[in-house]
Amino acid sequence: MNAPQDTPQAVLESAQGYIGASEPRLGAKKLLEGRGQYLDDIRLPRLAHVVFYRSPHAHALIKDLDLTRARQQPGVIAVFSGAEVAEFCSPWVGVLSHLKGIRSVEQFAIAPVKACWQGEAVAAVVALSRRQAEDALDHIQVQWETLPVVSDMEQALQGDVVIHPELGDNLCFTRDLETEGFRAAFDAADVVVERVYEFSRHTGVTNEPRSILANYNPAEHTMTVYQSTQAPHMMQDIFSRHLNIPESNIRVICPDVGGSFGIKVHVYADEMATAAISVMLKRPVKFVADRIESFLTDIHAREHKINIKLACSKAGDIVGFELRDLTGIGPFSVYPRTSGIEGNQVVNLTGGPYRHRHYKAHLDVVFTNKNLTCQYRAVGHPIAVAVTEAIVDVAAREIGMDPAEFRRRNLIADDQYPYSFPSGLKFEKLSHQQCLDKLLKLMDYPRLRQEQSASRAQGIYRGIGLAAMIEVTNPSPAFYGVGGARISAQDGATLRLDSSGMLNVLVSVTEQGQGTEAIFAQIAASVVGVSLHKVRVITGDTAVTPYGGGTWASRGAGIGGEAVLQAGKLLKSNILEVAALILGKDKVLLDIQGDELIDKLSGTSLLPLSEVGRVAYFRPDTLPKDYQSELTVTRHYTPREYGFTFTNGIQASLVEVDIETGFVTLLQHWCVEDCGTIINPMLVDEQIKGGIVQGIGGALFEECLYSPDGQLLNGSMADYLVPMSFEMPDILIEHVQTPTRGSELGAKGVGEAGTAGAPGAIMNAINDAIGVLGANVQVQPHTPERILKALGRVSI
Amino acid sequence: MSEHMMPVHFWVNGEAVNKPIPVRQHLVDFLREDLGLTGSHLGCEHGVCGACQVLVDGVLVRGCLSLAVSANGKTVQTIEGLSERAEFQQLQKAFLAHNAFQCGFCSSGMLLSAYSIVQDYPKATRTDIRELISGNYCRCTGYQSIVDAIEEVLIQNALHAPNPVDPS
Repeated sequence: MNAPQDTPQAVLESAQGYIGASEPRLGAKKLLEGRGQYLDDIRLPRLAHVVFYRSPHAHALIKDLDLTRARQQPGVIAVFSGAEVAEFCSPWVGVLSHLKGIRSVEQFAIAPVKACWQGEAVAAVVALSRRQAEDALDHIQVQWETLPVVSDMEQALQGDVVIHPELGDNLCFTRDLETEGFRAAFDAADVVVERVYEFSRHTGVTNEPRSILANYNPAEHTMTVYQSTQAPHMMQDIFSRHLNIPESNIRVICPDVGGSFGIKVHVYADEMATAAISVMLKRPVKFVADRIESFLTDIHAREHKINIKLACSKAGDIVGFELRDLTGIGPFSVYPRTSGIEGNQVVNLTGGPYRHRHYKAHLDVVFTNKNLTCQYRAVGHPIAVAVTEAIVDVAAREIGMDPAEFRRRNLIADDQYPYSFPSGLKFEKLSHQQCLDKLLKLMDYPRLRQEQSASRAQGIYRGIGLAAMIEVTNPSPAFYGVGGARISAQDGATLRLDSSGMLNVLVSVTEQGQGTEAIFAQIAASVVGVSLHKVRVITGDTAVTPYGGGTWASRGAGIGGEAVLQAGKLLKSNILEVAALILGKDKVLLDIQGDELIDKLSGTSLLPLSEVGRVAYFRPDTLPKDYQSELTVTRHYTPREYGFTFTNGIQASLVEVDIETGFVTLLQHWCVEDCGTIINPMLVDEQIKGGIVQGIGGALFEECLYSPDGQLLNGSMADYLVPMSFEMPDILIEHVQTPTRGSELGAKGVGEAGTAGAPGAIMNAINDAIGVLGANVQVQPHTPERILKALGRVSI
Repeated sequence: MSEHMMPVHFWVNGEAVNKPIPVRQHLVDFLREDLGLTGSHLGCEHGVCGACQVLVDGVLVRGCLSLAVSANGKTVQTIEGLSERAEFQQLQKAFLAHNAFQCGFCSSGMLLSAYSIVQDYPKATRTDIRELISGNYCRCTGYQSIVDAIEEVLIQNALHAPNPVDPS
């Protein structure tokens, strides 16, 4: 482990066995037997089903909405307009004060006056069954007055047509950054290279669609919301404020979540409407998006056009970067995280792994009449990494240096930390150089380069792409809280020793399949000294877990894990106290190992844990009168010292491009990643592999295609391509471990690194393959059509 | 619109179903809504993602594209029923050991595809496995661990095969 000398990680060394062990996920077996419970599996008495009538137009006024016939259809309970629902659910505006100048307008649960994108709901039908509700949709009659559509973000910036007249133009957010002496340094540089890169909209395509079941109880003015979400406490607060129900009267429960990837951490109008309708009808109401609704309304992401420049010396030292980013976000900034964060991250992260002192950036975030965009796995990273790594390759080629050598020369040295970056970010300790060394060895870089040359002689075009990266993890309140968002930056864990000696663990971070509960069990078991099978973990219920932020920004292990560790330490101490009294021994001479109290010196077993539980709970009369045992403890953790913990890593891709068809075959992918302390190596590698394939999707396949009038052209899984197994490469992973000193656990997080780096590595590999033919690709996804165009084999 | 109903008789996980059902109801909706067998999932509802797969007379079927009435006279097996079988449990164990699933939403369908590979393509290579599970969408794993798990079961089975086939 790459631990600095004075790290506080001693507890890990004394802890028992499970930290660093590839244990199968505790509690996950049910998912393999079809015995999980996802949202749509929940049935309640008097359950009603809601479906939405969605605007067929990208921009249109509702001139007349006739719900009469729909209300008369079999099984229909009610049909509501936007104005009716607005009486029960107040609108919201997705802005944050620390994104200075960000603007948006009120968004309603159901649009009452005008639809601003194709798919925005304008009416809701509630029926006894989903089938009946969907049948009734056909009987809603709307008269529309269509308005001019702004679907292209450059037109949006130009502002000939303004979507929200009250704002005056289509600008949501803009940011400028320029370091002192930037212009002079750029002007004086030997070499300046410049390129334009474009990234297409794509979306999360969670296997389980967005879904919610709200159950309002008028007798108590309470509401239980079952929701496929990543942030139950955030949603509790939002339901409370917008439905005007006291916070503690709202309980949000996350059942098993069928994938989220950031898609399920936002406030969605149709989900708010579902909750409001439950209040209006005083009965449980369920909404489950179907796949076309997912494509039309799950947040999209990553629509950017970027101009990037790199200045360097002839010897190959990077002087600085200049970035211009334009991104289109749909007609509203998403609540409550805003749609300004992705572009802001691109500005923050571009050039991230490299030692340079000069940086200039300009960002424009504009409204368009397409679906909303917001934070999706690796927020901004895939863009920042791709443009940085692409322009680094261009510069290396320009000065005739091998791209690996160029990186070695410019990556921040491993002994240069703590390091302040020109964009203002601070890095505690990263390991770029070690990761690069390990990667080149792992992939046998010199041999691959030889093979590449040899295969070119045979007309085979192979390319090698590298992408170094940094990843924002474990955000402090600096990410959202300081801007006024009621999103918790801290998380908590409650640990309880049950009477039988088992450990009950309740954590505010949620589980979406990544194995959060499993690593919490491993940490708890290790710190307290019990067997893994004696631990049960509960997450995703605002009524029982401590308060916390949930799952996003790769924060589960680093923040939630530390809370578990701290609670575990305290619980262990409290258990030892009880045991010392039972045994009549000094507490410091006792330890817990393998579910037993042992004598620390001899290792002799003295008492089973279950005996501590029995005495503490059932026979406290046998303990001293002035002693009260505390076998339930809670601890919280907030990262404070740095705004973000950063992880780092590097990926490499080997591809073969068929220059006749434009098809790209992914031959191999490598990743060396430093996520700090690794709790479960298998789960960490699974996060990286899954993340890389998600990044590959954006690089090669995924694109939400819109017509100029704002119609989504590929709203099905037959038309919108996602990575399937046959096209995917095997991925080789290695690690460097540099634990953060900000916590005892030292975990930095790993949820998004794969997605962050893969698109850059793939683009560089393709350009490395076809560069010899004078071609290069600059628009993701790199479809066969775009590659053939780049090769000049087909014309527009 | 009044529902057109049709009486059917079929077996689900060994239990008889005898009732009139709406002719337009899909098999997976019938299994989930009428029988409470929620292990088969609805991911895309248009036959691409594979989360709804079940076996009808031993053949892999997309429950979201098949009408329930088309199972008339046949036997249907779902993840819940198959989980009782030793050869299916072997796959489940391998999936757990390799963490060949994360959110688990695709797993029922994926395991059924894996089961068909074990039954019908015992000599499948990694490349074959990748192709044979290409009708099942998983967003979480990147597929590699799923291929690893299935490959491991095929290797175990080949090693323990009672009558190895003579390569000559």
